[in-house]
Amino acid sequence: MEQLSNELRNFIVENFLFGQSSDFSDNDSFLKTRIIDSTGVVELISWVEESYGIRVEDDEIVPDNLDSINKLSRFIERKTCVSR
Amino acid sequence: MCGIAGVLERKSGVVDRWMLQRMVSALSHRGPDGQGIHIDREIGLGHTRLSIIDLAGGKQPMSNPEGTIWIAFNGEIFNYIELRAGLVNRGWCFTTKSDTEVILRLYEERGEDCVHELNGQWAFAIWDTRQNKLFLSRDRMGVRPLFYAITADRLMFASEIKALFAGSTDLDRRIDLEALDQIFTFWVTLPPRTAFKGISQLPPGHSMIVHEGVTRIVKYWQPSYEPEGTEDSPSVVKILTEELLSLLQDATRIRLRSDVPVGAYLSGGIDSSLITALIQRAHKGALRTFSVAFDDAEFDESSYQQQASAFLNTDHKQIRCSYQDIGEVFPEVVWHAEQPILRTAPAPLFRLSSLVHESGFKVVLTGEGADEILGGYDIFMEAKIRRFWAANPNSRRRPLLLKKLYPYMQNLQTQSGEYLRSFFHVTESNQQSPFFSHLPRWQLTSMLKVFFSQDVRSQLASHDVYRDVQAALPPEYAGWPHFCQAEYLETAYLLPGYILSSQGDRMAMAHSIEGRYPFLDHRIVKFAGQLSPSLKMKVLNQKFLLKHAAEGLIPPEIVRRPKQPYRAPDGKSFFQPNALPYVEELLSLDKIIGAGIFDPSAVSALVKKFKAGRAIGVKDNMALVGILSTQLLTESFVDRFHPGARISWSNSATNCAISS
Repeated sequence: MEQLSNELRNFIVENFLFGQSSDFSDNDSFLKTRIIDSTGVVELISWVEESYGIRVEDDEIVPDNLDSINKLSRFIERKTCVSR
Repeated sequence: MCGIAGVLERKSGVVDRWMLQRMVSALSHRGPDGQGIHIDREIGLGHTRLSIIDLAGGKQPMSNPEGTIWIAFNGEIFNYIELRAGLVNRGWCFTTKSDTEVILRLYEERGEDCVHELNGQWAFAIWDTRQNKLFLSRDRMGVRPLFYAITADRLMFASEIKALFAGSTDLDRRIDLEALDQIFTFWVTLPPRTAFKGISQLPPGHSMIVHEGVTRIVKYWQPSYEPEGTEDSPSVVKILTEELLSLLQDATRIRLRSDVPVGAYLSGGIDSSLITALIQRAHKGALRTFSVAFDDAEFDESSYQQQASAFLNTDHKQIRCSYQDIGEVFPEVVWHAEQPILRTAPAPLFRLSSLVHESGFKVVLTGEGADEILGGYDIFMEAKIRRFWAANPNSRRRPLLLKKLYPYMQNLQTQSGEYLRSFFHVTESNQQSPFFSHLPRWQLTSMLKVFFSQDVRSQLASHDVYRDVQAALPPEYAGWPHFCQAEYLETAYLLPGYILSSQGDRMAMAHSIEGRYPFLDHRIVKFAGQLSPSLKMKVLNQKFLLKHAAEGLIPPEIVRRPKQPYRAPDGKSFFQPNALPYVEELLSLDKIIGAGIFDPSAVSALVKKFKAGRAIGVKDNMALVGILSTQLLTESFVDRFHPGARISWSNSATNCAISS
């Protein structure tokens, strides 16, 4: 879990903050903190699908699954468990 | 329409003619039809002319017959015929048929209060030899630009910043970091600030008086909101629709006054279609219209433009823009805009004015201003939905309205309602903010500051842009309805600072084209300020009253179509997928470190993302255009400024030249 959180954090920092800041907590909402704009969600999903070999269904594209490091890592854990 | 320049030598009392000449020459694109200079002891006035009214008699700088008052004027006074008749009745004599002489006489009669009588778009300088007084003025809405610099020795002023830099080498050509902080929040600087340290602009609706060593800047007008009643019954709507239409017809009629042919921009939306329809009512002979078309269908509105042109019977011409067209002209666009911009939208307008110029026209009427004053912008609707939702935060239905926003943004529309809820989430403190409507935009734009270098970030650590805008607001602001507060923020800042300048005057004047804006006639702005917000946006129906006014005059499909704001492709214009050579160079490690404004590793990560085709978000695109335009500005104004010339970028990455 911790390794996954770190990977996610690295991706968010590199890809959306261009390595410039990591000053947010694992519970902070990406949208409310404006780290990701609403058009950037598509980017996040493609990366998650590609990196973890999972498919994010349309009805799973909700902030409860994707909108913080913690939510995202729980979601990925769940999905990868199922697919195994 | 023209360019003006001037200098008041407060210390030496002697004007350097060549300095003034350099200033005027730097503005020659604004006025290719003639130049003039007048020097009298400590004052020098310069003018470069685009002749539109009184082709034979309108030479400038101009004086009254007694030679006691001199003027250099850029713009048009549309009610000059009526003003002149009144002045003649009161015994004033005229030697020309120009609007310039009308300002002179009106100033003689009323002094600085003369501006209240003017209906038009202007930036002028009057030198009154009787009192050794300099009087500068800029129109109410900020259609025409006027910049100045005050040094220990002198006051310099001009239509464009490049003229000030061309005139004096004493001026420190430096990007103002606090201005950058403002632009990377609000998209504009707050007047009098400009993108350059030590260079100011006279704010719209202001005059400057320099007399007996004292400089005073006086506000003579501002947008104001005093809605009269909230009734929107059919009979009230009918009366107000007629009133709006009659004002618009008159505003259009007087904006057709010209001794050269007048054309119009036809974007395919309600505003420009209605103006075109009103021109057709007042105009004799064939009307020429012009528009921008895009190869990328996401931005293209050609079909609506053709529909409007056919319906309104105009002779229509369009200029088609590919990604490459936009990327290639962008350095010139920034040279003319003279400030960092976050969107490429000015670039197609730069190409459009070139088409108009080649077609033999000098003047166009456009639909600019309707969105600001009559409730057209999505940001007004967004704020209304957010506030409606905040009134009942537990409602599941209210935030569903957010789906109605931005129907033209494909990436956004694919999001679930839950996502929009999260993005437009309203907190208690947001609700209390005087900037409620603009917070989502400003907060998102502020995220671009992660690209600022460590040095810039530490220099800006104590700067608070929200304090800047708070301090700039008029005292009445707090008492205005929320809807009107949002309108004010658009009308007072984004309109003059970006729409009328970077997308307006600067792009048009780059090819000697004058834009005229009937919606920005101050009588209409005043009328709109008295309308109940429900007549501007009825529930979520934008431009409610204007749509009523347009009914029957323009194609019904255009009245009913969903609003599509004017936009252009951003990142794709520079990466195809490799970067254009000049982009590669300006965003290279060396250039980024050299300019010192942005963080080299952050910029290189952004460039990598664009090259990989992964940068699809709004934020990344704004960041790219903002960084690139700031780098271009640094290159052409700070590092290698060349009076009256611009850096032209060849296709080779390392080879660029300066051309005059």
